[in-house]
Amino acid sequence: MNPLDRYEPLVDDVDAFRAACDRPLPSVVRTNGIAATPDRVREAFDDEGVAYEPVDWHDGLFRLPDGNPGGNWPYVHGWTHGQEEVSVLPTLALDPQPGERVWDACAAPGSKTTQIADAMDDEGTVVANDNNLGRLSALRHNAERLGITNTIVTNQDARNFSTKPLAFDEFDRALVDAPCSCEGTCRKNPDVLDQWTLGHVDAVAGIQKGILARAVQATRPGGVVVYSTCTFAPEENEAVLDHVLANEDCELVEFDLPLETDPGVTEWDGEAYDESVTRAKRIYPHRNDTGGFFCAKLRVGGEADESASDGEVAA
Amino acid sequence: MSDDEPGAAPTNDGQQFDRLPETPADREIEGRASRAEVLDWWDERFGIEKEVFEEYSFWEKGAGKIWIFNGEATDPSEVEAVGMTFLRTRQEHWKPTGRAVSRFGSRATKNVIELDPAQAATFAAGDDQDIPEWDGDWGYLIATHEVAGERVPIGVGLYLYDELRSVVPKGSRADLPVVE
Repeated sequence: MNPLDRYEPLVDDVDAFRAACDRPLPSVVRTNGIAATPDRVREAFDDEGVAYEPVDWHDGLFRLPDGNPGGNWPYVHGWTHGQEEVSVLPTLALDPQPGERVWDACAAPGSKTTQIADAMDDEGTVVANDNNLGRLSALRHNAERLGITNTIVTNQDARNFSTKPLAFDEFDRALVDAPCSCEGTCRKNPDVLDQWTLGHVDAVAGIQKGILARAVQATRPGGVVVYSTCTFAPEENEAVLDHVLANEDCELVEFDLPLETDPGVTEWDGEAYDESVTRAKRIYPHRNDTGGFFCAKLRVGGEADESASDGEVAA
Repeated sequence: MSDDEPGAAPTNDGQQFDRLPETPADREIEGRASRAEVLDWWDERFGIEKEVFEEYSFWEKGAGKIWIFNGEATDPSEVEAVGMTFLRTRQEHWKPTGRAVSRFGSRATKNVIELDPAQAATFAAGDDQDIPEWDGDWGYLIATHEVAGERVPIGVGLYLYDELRSVVPKGSRADLPVVE
């Protein structure tokens, strides 16, 4: 069975959805603002004869129609980093600020970690955690290549992450870009559809709930937690949010993304979810010609300090 | 920081991050570089002023591997990494990392060798080359080239006997076009 069949009731234009999922994605690079500006990357690509196309919703992204994102000088200088378009979204939702304390709970291989550090102007502290030591070496390689100096790398199970090695015990923001069944990446790696099983979906959903709960607990009152996956499965998306809303002090907030999105679903496979999951965003491949994605923004409950309040989400 | 044997001098624990002492007088671990020495070295070798690193802390993990960090950390921190690798000490000649040079090297005013397009591509590929016209110091240099009108550091080279040796690590080497 092709797992994409099960999502046909959720999409408005099944043919466009299936056709988009069958098309490969172009290589995309993100400008690393710590090292260069989009203009400078453009200039270097022009000088070097590297073909590129702008991405209309983000001026730091370039599509490289000839592929090979690593075979040019801007890459060698750490000015660019290969990163799929939709993968840029969670950090935009997280909106980290210079000087803050930010936890990237499932950080390897570090595309989002480095984007977070960039958004913070490399000021403040990013704690990049992953449970897999092998993948952490890729994360460290990427962070170094991009010249990032404000990141601490930890190797823990995020579900019971300890802040003991850190200089503080609460984060301003946390990103849970959770391990998932990855159907949304089928345009890059069609194998994910062949390897898909419902058993894996159920297993990984439990892990996702544990990590997201810990992220809410580790974030200060009034702070922000962003939850994202690259799957369409409601079991791993809305059901995980529903679980955390019921068990932790947090709420889902409205937020904007610069792409066309669909709201989270409140019913699936006989289950009903908290109405507020409609504030989460589903990104389908046929809407913007991207990979598939899911993204939600939460505000952690409790009394926020006046000085620590986040105007954007406190409303 | 402490040693099991009472009275024995404390030694470097290669498994954990320890902050560099401020000055040689503050040094408790034998052979550990101090912050002051690190700043002096960058200033003397490359003319990068101390003020550039004012906000950063420096840490040793492993034998002589110095890391530069711009965040909050307790001391000592048992984590996988803090910030970025920066400098190799505990050897006769201190050696900057390619990453440090890439990040901070554009501020260097001496021991910078500017490569032409063909030389830059050779350097990035990890190959050594004869450059007899260099009449500056021998030792570790910052190799740069021009990209879109500005000088950009590529990495660390070792200059000896009319030859520039590329010490770009294997995993960072690249075959790049010669951009005239």
